[in-house]
Amino acid sequence: MSPTEFERIFSAPRTPERDSAPGVPPRSEVPGPAEVLLLVERVSKHFGAIVALQEVTLWARRGEITAIVGDNGAGKSTLIKCISGLHAPSSGRLFFEGKEVHFASPQEARQAGIETVYQNLAVIEDLTVWQNIFLNRERVRRLGPFAVLDRRAMRREALRMLQQFEIHLPSIHARLRRLSGGQRQAIAIARAASWGSRLLIMDEPTAALGVRETRRVEELILRLREQGLAILLISHNFEQVLRLSQQVWVMRSGRVVGGRRTSETTSDELVAMITGVKSDE
Amino acid sequence: MEERSALTTDSVAQAERLSWRERLSDPEFWINWTAVIALAILVIVFGVASPAFLSLGNIRAVLIAAALLVILTVGQTLVILTGGIDLSLAATMTWAGVVLGQVVAHGGNIGLASLLAIVAGLLVGLINGLLIAWGRIPDFIATLGTLSAASGAALIFSSGEPVTIVSTFLLQLATGSLGPVPYFVLIALIVVLLGHVLLFYTRFGTHLLATGGDAEAARAMGIRTARIKLTAYVLAGGLAGLAAILFTARIGAAEPAVDTSYLLNSVAAVVLGGVSLFGGRGSIAGPAAGALLLTVLVNGLTLLGVSQFYQPVVVGLAVVLAALLVRYWR
Repeated sequence: MSPTEFERIFSAPRTPERDSAPGVPPRSEVPGPAEVLLLVERVSKHFGAIVALQEVTLWARRGEITAIVGDNGAGKSTLIKCISGLHAPSSGRLFFEGKEVHFASPQEARQAGIETVYQNLAVIEDLTVWQNIFLNRERVRRLGPFAVLDRRAMRREALRMLQQFEIHLPSIHARLRRLSGGQRQAIAIARAASWGSRLLIMDEPTAALGVRETRRVEELILRLREQGLAILLISHNFEQVLRLSQQVWVMRSGRVVGGRRTSETTSDELVAMITGVKSDE
Repeated sequence: MEERSALTTDSVAQAERLSWRERLSDPEFWINWTAVIALAILVIVFGVASPAFLSLGNIRAVLIAAALLVILTVGQTLVILTGGIDLSLAATMTWAGVVLGQVVAHGGNIGLASLLAIVAGLLVGLINGLLIAWGRIPDFIATLGTLSAASGAALIFSSGEPVTIVSTFLLQLATGSLGPVPYFVLIALIVVLLGHVLLFYTRFGTHLLATGGDAEAARAMGIRTARIKLTAYVLAGGLAGLAAILFTARIGAAEPAVDTSYLLNSVAAVVLGGVSLFGGRGSIAGPAAGALLLTVLVNGLTLLGVSQFYQPVVVGLAVVLAALLVRYWR
């Protein structure tokens, strides 16, 4: 699919069908094609007879934190699994950086620049900090026909990375088992944010954390945005969404029921949309 | 240990290796070295109790006797680190030994026979790996099945008769040495060294630990855990094949009856070596020391005149003690 197709979607004249498509907000809020990093267009996902996602359309702008809110079972996790390559959408299209993309695996999404920090963390507790940061991206030295781990280079690089994101840990040699939930989350985020990724998807990054650790992780998220990374944030926590994001999408029963600029919405409005009292449909 | 709390303060030193002080304060270190420390204590105790124990001849005999178990234990360790277990290890060794014997009995060259023994081991490992990694059959069931199948195959192939093998190559292997180091010991040392390098200095090793530590998380990071598990079982099978060559060389015959004590002792050595039976953490040197420890234990008790019947009891006690120790240290 050519970029012109992508541009066509965003510059298409308003039509009744377009406006009635689920989740498409009033024309005034639609960004120009150059601003959009990720576009999810009418994506549906079925599991047998169960419809997990129904014609979901939303986008994430470059350099912004875009939040997706919704109740349990609203389809948020399924949606990010479609974006991160874990699921293939049943129908609909994904555009990333102006080009249509099809991810057959998380690896492919990662190569395109989409990294995901999963809800259940995906860190290995028995490995050290630096081993986790370099997991499946290990640096090696060629030794004749063999590839031997360059442990020193990885330790140095890991340390530099943690410093860049101002993450404080007792030691990069520590096994993750001995670190707090917030520290583990910070490592998972730092790992995802490195490697030239352009979009970072975070599924409930602070759900399991205490108040102080939540604040630390939020600070980290804001720092990443300052460094130019776009973030797609799944969260239950409205306060957090209002604090961090620039754009909010609301999902209910597998559909996008509304999208707002964060500056133009309130916690009450979001609750109303989530519970179905109010929607843009 | 000043200001370890802030990464930014002592950055450069951290990127270097861990200091000994840091290492010693990590419980993991002690768990990995339990077997080595226990081995040292045991050597001292037996050395004092029985002068014959520390004689050059006895040390040599113990090391040669331990070589086989050490090789099997390295294979078992790789499998257990993935969170699995290989119950077929001793049967695989027997089956590979029978293949060796039959090839020689049918006029085959000893080099070819040895090669085929390793291939026979690899084959059982491959079947184990396929059943577990792709067939999604629990490791316990899959390897119990191949244990039975491999023992049966060994009996069928040999018609239940041991084959005496007269081979200068095998005789040399069993009795010769490179300088002061017997070939058996040399081979075991190389296997341990390669295992150690594989585990800690290759991507495969890190991925093996990650697979055993948290398979789901490893998969989320793009690690092909099925392939890693398969490889671990294949390696274990190959090592059982290698052990078969040594076993055959040692007794001068291909024996079709399975000696299950090798299986039990390989698992015991892994536990003694501080490897978590849930996978994900451990070392190669620890279990190798564990295997040596078990051999020393039996040897020392024999020298002290303790009845053979008591020896399994002592071995059992040692294993359970080690398991308890690991459990409460973590």
